Amino acid sequence: MHFVLRKWICWLGLWLSLATQSVWSAQVQVAVAANFSSTMQAIAQAFEQESGHQTRIITGATGKFYAQIKNGAPFDILLAADSQTPLLLEQEGWAVPGSRFTYAIGHLVLWSKQPGLVDAQGEVLRSTSFKRLAIADPRLAPYGAAAMQVLERMGLLAQVKDRLVQGETVGQAYQFLASGNAELGFVASSQVLADANPVTGSSWLIPESLHSPLRQDAVLLKSGQANPAATALMLFLQSPRARALIRANGYSH
Amino acid sequence: MISAEDWTAIALTLRLAAISTLVLLLLASPLAWWLARSRSAWRAPIAALTSLPLVLPPTVLGFYLLVTLGPDGPLGRVTLLLGLGTLPFSFVGLVVGSVVYSLPFAVQPLLHAFQNMGKRPLELAATLRASPWDAFFSVALPLAWPGFLSAAVLSFAHTIGEFGMVLMMGGNIPGQTRVLSTQIYGHVETMAYNQAHILAAGMLVFSFAVLLGLNLLQKRDLRMGT
Repeated sequence: MHFVLRKWICWLGLWLSLATQSVWSAQVQVAVAANFSSTMQAIAQAFEQESGHQTRIITGATGKFYAQIKNGAPFDILLAADSQTPLLLEQEGWAVPGSRFTYAIGHLVLWSKQPGLVDAQGEVLRSTSFKRLAIADPRLAPYGAAAMQVLERMGLLAQVKDRLVQGETVGQAYQFLASGNAELGFVASSQVLADANPVTGSSWLIPESLHSPLRQDAVLLKSGQANPAATALMLFLQSPRARALIRANGYSH
Repeated sequence: MISAEDWTAIALTLRLAAISTLVLLLLASPLAWWLARSRSAWRAPIAALTSLPLVLPPTVLGFYLLVTLGPDGPLGRVTLLLGLGTLPFSFVGLVVGSVVYSLPFAVQPLLHAFQNMGKRPLELAATLRASPWDAFFSVALPLAWPGFLSAAVLSFAHTIGEFGMVLMMGGNIPGQTRVLSTQIYGHVETMAYNQAHILAAGMLVFSFAVLLGLNLLQKRDLRMGT
């Protein structure tokens, strides 16, 4: 009898120590735009090391996150691919007012897996040396909308319209390129560049004058308001350590 | 209400489902016939292969189709050699994908129909000196027609409902690969909830009507048959 009792007390002690530990290390759920997901993995690792909190990253399209948040998705933070969605969420009362800030400015790249296909002025777009041009869906993804602006300003939209294939996100546009199904495509510099040079293949970093800036904003959501890990991560994203990681992955801020 | 783009997607989806169903029936009939009668050692692995799309997520199918049908993939090289170009991002590519995706929905009802028929009718036909082909077309086909009906209806409806595979290898091209399900998805993501509702509700009603019709037909057939 005593033995059983002692065993129970042991279990209770163990459970209590685990329970108190979880007060110290909270968990934060972050909805992250597809283009930023690999950068966020690196940031989360640094954040977990420094704070002891746990991060859970959910990757997807910003428009889908908007719909999910409005329908009660348990996200604490949204790292959007644009600045409109966080603003809209704040105006509609789903986000904490005053918590918005720009965590990264993205850069658009014309990229091909084939070395030498893309030249430094993007003249390849005027040629017929490609059959498919991959972009992110301009209705859903800011990188897709920016790509359309570039084509429009270069006066090429009518010429390449029949060769456009759209991925749901810039991540899928990259997948079409990586699998060789499209020769040429507009993706995020974070996906293909390391220190301004293409990791493989050939690329053209699009001048900022050809499209409106790709400002990516973060916002603290109402469900994360009382979560210490969420507020800690919002601060960490603006720390020098996180900013260095963001720059290293092809963004500015 | 329903925009021109929506109508394009609706028409494309119906065309895709109709063509895929036709191809599926042509392909699934001999396959199901063989599965119902064969005693070969290959029977079990091929039956398992045929059922794979039932359990695999459509994203797996879409991903592998994108990779294998792409210019660097084994099947992509073949289609390029034949001068057909590559299939992802094309209507034909979606037909190929749909046939793979809906194959079990065509094979299973036919297999059941052929198995339930048993050997007796064909043996009788043989004693009456009908050739195997003649026996198939004048005995087996009429007996198995409810199976064909189920196979056709299920293939059609299942193809209309496919999404993940199209998303992976379609490329969202209006009039080519932007089907109803991806159009609804686009509406939801761009917060055009009204348009999404109209199409989604239409699809719900359509699917219910199809399944209800199939159930009523099967019931009537059961009563008539026994």
